[in-house]
Amino acid sequence: MSKQDIHSYLAEFDDIPGTRVYTAKRARKGYQLNQFAMSLMKEENRKRFKENEEAYLDEWDITPEQRKALLARDYNTLLDLGGNIYFLAKVFSTDGLSFVQAVSTMTGMSVEEYQAMMNAGGRSPVGLRSIKEKN
Amino acid sequence: MARIQAGIGCSHIPVLGFAHDTDKEQTDYFKPAFDGFNWTRKWMKEEAKPDVIVLVYNDHASAFDMSIIPTFAIGTAEKFNPADEGFGPRPVPVVEGHPDLAWHIAQSLILDEFDMTMIGEMDVDHGLTVPLTMMYGDVEKWPVKVIPLAVNVVTYPPPSGNRCWALGEAIARAVESFPEDLNVQVWGTGGLSHQLQGPRAGLINKEWDNAFLDKLIGDTQELRKVPHIEYLRETGSEGIEMVMWLIMRGALGKSTKALHRHYHVPVSNTALGHIVLEPVDNSVPPSPTLEGNNDAAQAMID
Repeated sequence: MSKQDIHSYLAEFDDIPGTRVYTAKRARKGYQLNQFAMSLMKEENRKRFKENEEAYLDEWDITPEQRKALLARDYNTLLDLGGNIYFLAKVFSTDGLSFVQAVSTMTGMSVEEYQAMMNAGGRSPVGLRSIKEKN
Repeated sequence: MARIQAGIGCSHIPVLGFAHDTDKEQTDYFKPAFDGFNWTRKWMKEEAKPDVIVLVYNDHASAFDMSIIPTFAIGTAEKFNPADEGFGPRPVPVVEGHPDLAWHIAQSLILDEFDMTMIGEMDVDHGLTVPLTMMYGDVEKWPVKVIPLAVNVVTYPPPSGNRCWALGEAIARAVESFPEDLNVQVWGTGGLSHQLQGPRAGLINKEWDNAFLDKLIGDTQELRKVPHIEYLRETGSEGIEMVMWLIMRGALGKSTKALHRHYHVPVSNTALGHIVLEPVDNSVPPSPTLEGNNDAAQAMID
């Protein structure tokens, strides 16, 4: 086995199709975004956020890109900008969406199509293991 | 003397907790998932009757936010309340801890060079309460004490499979040196294949999952060598939770036999896996550390 350092360990994560691994780099980038999402665990905060999303977001030190993606509920972009799915779940739970409903929005499929795929046994890993190897 | 009687592996899919709490266990969608636990519920109640469970799970942005990321944390409290995950806490009993055994394990692990974080106050989310529901069903009070052992599998890097296995072995040494006569189980939870994010979401890999279950049985240690990247590629980004099952497997010692096994797809986004294992040869290697072999240091453990 060849010796692996932290750089090659991390580099492999970029070779997985359609996947953003929550690395330390992403965690640093998304720190305030995820802490904002965490604040929605409290009922009073959910209420304030729902009443006026823009005003609530003003209280958080997030980037304009993160703000735009949040308002659009663009979850793939939020992942790119350092969001973590378990934290972002607080946002879609506030919207009243289940994991299946929210997750399907990241796949380019409708909720019904996504649900049908899951009921048929889920997405096969074939062809989706590695970008380089195309396997 | 306390002893490890069995190990249980179980997914901790949140919707199964919801199905139980809203009386939907027998609906067409959920019945096949729950039916695989009938054997275990009966066995737990009539035969196994453990006193304490060391319950390995991960927190899903409930007790821990991004301000603190413990790799291995052990709950030492008298009790743990079910967490409010955004829609009120699950209507299940409060989880009773076992502070004496938890502190004993924590001290023993640190002398074994596993530098644990001790948590004196913590709410526990579906990662911990769903497996309890799957194994005990509807109860007024959990008939067991629980030591939560939270593992970081969210922010990379999580601990390696090999490290998890070795932690299990250290837990076995710790339990064995606890003087009280206790029947202990170790549970590994989470998985199996699932991906909750990105365009590849919905990934399920039945072949890999079942090969993983196969390798928990017997004396093979092959799973220690599975790298993170293999879990990611083969089982989806959240499939990495399976490293927590290796803590359970490591704690059972050299060789195991399966008493019961269940696999079902789909449960929302996730492949449901469940296994009940018994040690055949429960021997684990001796502590490799200076303090682990120092009688005076060991005598200091409460």
